Amino acid sequence: MRYVAPTSIEETVSVLAGDVRAQVYAGATDFIPQLRMGRPEPGVAVDLKRIDRLTDLRREGDTWVIGAATPSARLSEEEDLVAELPGLVEAAHLIGSDQIQSRASLGGNLCNASPAADSVPAMVVNDGRAVIAGPAGMRTIPVASVVTGPGSTSLATDEFLVELVFDRPPPRTADAYLRFIPRTEMDIAVVGAGARLTLDEAGRCQEVSVALGAVAPTVVMVPAAADILVGNPLTDEALKRVAAEASAVCNPIDDKRGTKAYRRQVAGVLAVRALRLAADRAARTG
Amino acid sequence: MTVTATTTDPQPGYKWVGTRPVRHDGLDKVTGRARYGADLNLPGMLIGAVLRSPHAHARILSIDTSAAEAMEGVRAVVTGADFPMLESGGEGSGEEYYDPLDLCRNVMARDKVLYEGHALAAVAATSRREALAALAAIEVDYEVLPHVLDVSEAMAPDAPILHEDLITEGVEPVPTTPSNVASRYVIDRGDIEKGFAEADVIVEREFVTQPVHQGYIEPHAVVADVGEDGKATVFCSSQGHFMVRAHTAELLGWEPSRVKVIPAEIGGGFGGKTTVYVEPVATRLSQKAGRPVKIVMTRDEVFRATGPTSGCKIRLKVGATRDGRLTAVSGSMAYQAGAFKGSPVSLGCMCAFAPYTIENVFLEGFDVVVNMPKVTAYRAPGAPMASFASETLLDEIAERVGMDPLEFRLHNAAEEGVRSVYGPIHKRIGFRETVEAVRDHPHYSIELGPNQGRGVASGFWFNFGGSSSATVHINEDGTASVLTGSPDIGGSRASMALMAAEELGIDVYDVTPIVSDTESVGYTDVTGGSRVTHATGLAVIDACRKVVADLRARAAMVWDVDVDEVEWVDGRAQHVSGDRAPMTTRDLAADAAGTGGPITASAAVNARGAGAAFSTQVCDVEVDPETGYVKILRYTTAQDAGRAIHPSYVEGQMQGGVAQGIGWALNEEYIFDADGTMENPGFLDYRMPVASDLPMIDTVIVEVPNPGHPYGVRGVGEVGIVPPMAAVANAIHDATGLRLSELPMSPVKVLEAIGANGG
Repeated sequence: MRYVAPTSIEETVSVLAGDVRAQVYAGATDFIPQLRMGRPEPGVAVDLKRIDRLTDLRREGDTWVIGAATPSARLSEEEDLVAELPGLVEAAHLIGSDQIQSRASLGGNLCNASPAADSVPAMVVNDGRAVIAGPAGMRTIPVASVVTGPGSTSLATDEFLVELVFDRPPPRTADAYLRFIPRTEMDIAVVGAGARLTLDEAGRCQEVSVALGAVAPTVVMVPAAADILVGNPLTDEALKRVAAEASAVCNPIDDKRGTKAYRRQVAGVLAVRALRLAADRAARTG
Repeated sequence: MTVTATTTDPQPGYKWVGTRPVRHDGLDKVTGRARYGADLNLPGMLIGAVLRSPHAHARILSIDTSAAEAMEGVRAVVTGADFPMLESGGEGSGEEYYDPLDLCRNVMARDKVLYEGHALAAVAATSRREALAALAAIEVDYEVLPHVLDVSEAMAPDAPILHEDLITEGVEPVPTTPSNVASRYVIDRGDIEKGFAEADVIVEREFVTQPVHQGYIEPHAVVADVGEDGKATVFCSSQGHFMVRAHTAELLGWEPSRVKVIPAEIGGGFGGKTTVYVEPVATRLSQKAGRPVKIVMTRDEVFRATGPTSGCKIRLKVGATRDGRLTAVSGSMAYQAGAFKGSPVSLGCMCAFAPYTIENVFLEGFDVVVNMPKVTAYRAPGAPMASFASETLLDEIAERVGMDPLEFRLHNAAEEGVRSVYGPIHKRIGFRETVEAVRDHPHYSIELGPNQGRGVASGFWFNFGGSSSATVHINEDGTASVLTGSPDIGGSRASMALMAAEELGIDVYDVTPIVSDTESVGYTDVTGGSRVTHATGLAVIDACRKVVADLRARAAMVWDVDVDEVEWVDGRAQHVSGDRAPMTTRDLAADAAGTGGPITASAAVNARGAGAAFSTQVCDVEVDPETGYVKILRYTTAQDAGRAIHPSYVEGQMQGGVAQGIGWALNEEYIFDADGTMENPGFLDYRMPVASDLPMIDTVIVEVPNPGHPYGVRGVGEVGIVPPMAAVANAIHDATGLRLSELPMSPVKVLEAIGANGG
């Protein structure tokens, strides 16, 4: 295994073009443990952290642009980002311990393509876009279409993720992300739920988005949440229906971290709790 | 609310015992200077790696190591054929029962592999990468056999048999066919039919627990170096380097004196380091290669091949009168032994009801071999799972008869002079005092909120004595070196120094406590059974008293008076009639050559009189009715320490036991797939509690001195882990109305129970 640390996007593209067994990584908080657990070594390990644009975090017009390798700890330190996209920052903050936070990134979390990735539901409800570089130049796709299954993405072997772009939220809009783990930290989501909503001035839902993690091979949207809630306030009765719909769209597995039945039930519970939290925040941003 | 810790004041009359000096080994440990098992590197050292079975149960048809031996960098390869086959039988060592034949087959499989992770070959090479490549080149032909993990399935007549020569002991008539039941143990006292006839209330339930690992942070690690003279030096962390010496020599067919073991610092053991795994293997590899060999287990190997303690199935029935007097208990317990006999089921039977006076008892225990790693001691081995069952039933009985659970315990408390459930007459014990300490603690009256509940439970552990040696040297500057053979796994250096300072009358920092190697101090049993402060402490005290007698004699010689004219006060010889100027330890040390040579004394004991330990605990939980998540809100533990030599380390032991017990209660378990492969061999999915899962665990040290020790010491290391599972279960019952009888009480299980209850 060779190690390279390119300093530009162009250089990275040419490294990837030169070895089909190349593997890019950001903080390597998944990559190194996977190697230790017997994952075949790549021909060349490509460290993306030396590319300025990939470790950047900036506000650009009406968007937030987060480099694919920007450590999660940086997100928590950016006060305006925390104020505008608190759910996204919380989700990023849940990836690993404090030590891991200074390495782990949204980009790595996305491209590792774990069904249980914490940041992905939060990125999806915020309509995140992924900027991807390859031999043909740059292309932008929705975050929701990056992951195609456990451990697999829609990126070609000669492509890599450059950055993630999120619109700054309009008024009375907020997001939230909650996950369930059997402990309080240092664990992997049994169920994750991201929610984002916009309230009108009367406190009724204008836009609603709910996405669930760890309950299917890829993130699952709950479109019925918008059908039920848009035009209405968050009543207990309506939320009960949302919970049932969230449970219904899950396609979970039984494994060492939880059962199908458990994941279905808790997906509904967390979807509702995330919606309530997002609504409280949206009302406060009034 | 956080309740502050309380403890007894330092005992009047003691200067050092009961105080809290910073531990002598503390600075090296917090700076990283201390040398643990994996920290030693020697010139020319090879790296060893172990080939482990991928199957839970298989016959080894052939092993071909020729390709591995020919590989670049490979210096030695061993298999079972490189170790002598030992005879069955033999004596136990320390707290651990062992059979030499089983031990030799566990360390290196012979005809069969009996669990996934079972060692069957090992390689030493110039790098780990080469060693791993060589392991991959060893060709093993297996005949995979059906496996069994569940105790009930293993006891069934049609179960796959692990050992064709295993005939159940303790059964009449002696069975004629092999089974997986190694032995049956029985406690039969009084008349249970009469006892249950007297009962107004009878409860009966079945309980199931899963195997759990000790979870020490430091993986097993060893450097072995066999010299040209054929003698071996072994550097490793363990709970007893004399145990490592004995087992390593035995497994190699050597006399013990051919092996010298140098104790490393130990990063946790909890009973799991009271046997050997890689030590004899590294030694044989070193002998074959003629170079030092280091083996460090990965965490994965630690889970798959060491520890754990038994999972079990327990059925218990308890009867009591309407006014809350226990009249009878009966039941059976079946414990997983792992691949070889020797589960702690008999200890479970003995401990389950030991805090109480019950006249009519019938308990039977079954030691059952299954296809998982051979179980190893884990903090009060056998007692926690049995007490989970018994203390849950006692909570239910107390509820049924309408008594406060602590009053119920006081009503039935075992006392001095009464015959214990397991046989002997209780000496002075402090069980009642631990119950009263919890009852009187502010925690017990804090009001609870919605979905919150409170549970109490008690526990017992014997505590052991055993063999220990100590040597005390008075150095030329008047300070003292205290050498013992007990690895320091829980602050014992500090305890030894405090007792020596008390006896010698010198400052505790003028005492240097040292854990000596197997050639520098007399034989000492493993650090286990909460025995060290008691038994090794006795040896230290005895050696110090010999030194003091010597110092007095030397002062008498200098003063030319009768030795009875010299008393030892505050580290000084004083002339009773007072006309001679006192002589300090330093004075006497400086003049040692003139008064008979160096001042030193050794002592050795086979200690008896270990005082039994009791603990009573209260736990508050909050249960999330929608997710089944159990949050531990508050926890208080009261424990009889006899006399706390160093209260901080007593509290640390109390808290550590509770923390491990909470993990056992809520999330820890071995998870196996259909092939018998462990699915969670790492700390991500083997869920021990993290710091943020636990509240501050409040401690109350109860001191009811043990008459068998000059300061009243009782062992404190183990009993703390006995009550937590039942305390948590009883708190969950209080919060939800549910009686959970399976561990772990994970969110999935709690939510299922809530759902089944129509919640």
